[in-house]
Amino acid sequence: MAINWFKYSAPSTFYGLAGKLIPFFAWPAAILFATGLYIGFFVAPTDAVQSEAYRIIFIHVPASILSMFIYLIMAGYAALGLIFNTRLSSMMAQALAPTGALFAFISLWTGALWGKPMWGAWWVWDARLTSELILLFLYLGFIALQASIEDPRRADKAAALLAIVGSVNVPIIYFSVKWWNTLHQGATIKMTGTSMHVAMQQAMFIVLVACWLYVIAVALARVRSIILERERNTQWVNELKEVQS
Amino acid sequence: MTPRQKRLGFIVAGIMLVAAAVGLVLYALKNNVSLYFTPTQVYNKEAPQGRNFRIGGLVEVGSVKRETDGLTVHFNITDNARVMPVVYKGILPDLFKEGKGVVAQGKLDEANEFRAEEVLAKHDENYMPPEAADALKKAEEAKAAAAQPGSSSSAEYPVAK
Repeated sequence: MAINWFKYSAPSTFYGLAGKLIPFFAWPAAILFATGLYIGFFVAPTDAVQSEAYRIIFIHVPASILSMFIYLIMAGYAALGLIFNTRLSSMMAQALAPTGALFAFISLWTGALWGKPMWGAWWVWDARLTSELILLFLYLGFIALQASIEDPRRADKAAALLAIVGSVNVPIIYFSVKWWNTLHQGATIKMTGTSMHVAMQQAMFIVLVACWLYVIAVALARVRSIILERERNTQWVNELKEVQS
Repeated sequence: MTPRQKRLGFIVAGIMLVAAAVGLVLYALKNNVSLYFTPTQVYNKEAPQGRNFRIGGLVEVGSVKRETDGLTVHFNITDNARVMPVVYKGILPDLFKEGKGVVAQGKLDEANEFRAEEVLAKHDENYMPPEAADALKKAEEAKAAAAQPGSSSSAEYPVAK
């Protein structure tokens, strides 16, 4: 049986599919958020060094991981759009950017809240913190560049270049604690294993999966709006029930 | 070559060039990107002379002494190779502890003592409940006692990165 893989690369067909998929990501996200945070705040034991204050990790780490991961996916979509001239890829890149920026901001914000009581400083210019701040600026630059060019196709191209060049920053963030002396701790989750109590790990991974599902749900909802906005002059959009009413 | 392959080639080549350029810049800035110098680097005169810099390592076990004013603290920062005496007047962070990571900002005085203006605590990447930490500590002490009676406990702490 031949499957037409490209059927859903057309915005008109993807619009409907995205709408149907959203609840399948949104509901599990909500349930897993509640479960993960419950385990994190009530089941996981207190930490030997940082006592209760370490619990911000359950938000800080998933947000940080996703801020980096979303960037790579956004840059990937932007590159696909640039290479294959597929409209939907560029729209997906545009849809992911605000969520990525949100996670980068949450990562920096929770990090500051954590740093003050533990390190004794809200902010230090160490390699990890600075490169994560640059990531936030890259997201904001991507959004601003996209918004500042009137013609969406040209905006896509310009923003895609920025996203692709900026992706060099992601490995720098990840390896910063290894390459240089930083105040930020080294990696807890490593290839060789995790230096963390099991209940803490579970809470962190559950929240991570919840965030992931949330990102997918929100990106799908946002890409639907972008599709409607960009294709507003086409017949299929004007024939939609929600547009006519 | 189709235009599509051409664009792909441009992008791949572009990323590689940018990555190489950034890599070289970061390599050149190596010492400036690191947040602090280790005591060994300070002894080797790699740290700036006569102006502020940061020094980082572990607080040497048994080195913390408070003056009678209750605010001035003397302690040693070590990277398990060299030891740097530090004096600091102010409130220390809660996580400041002997044998744990620390980063201090300040400069060297004439007596080659580090006058810190700011002391930050650095925690490691291990998270475990207090009972597990106690058990681990006891096991290590038992091991150290079995291997070499009366050995110093500072060696069991890893070098701060």
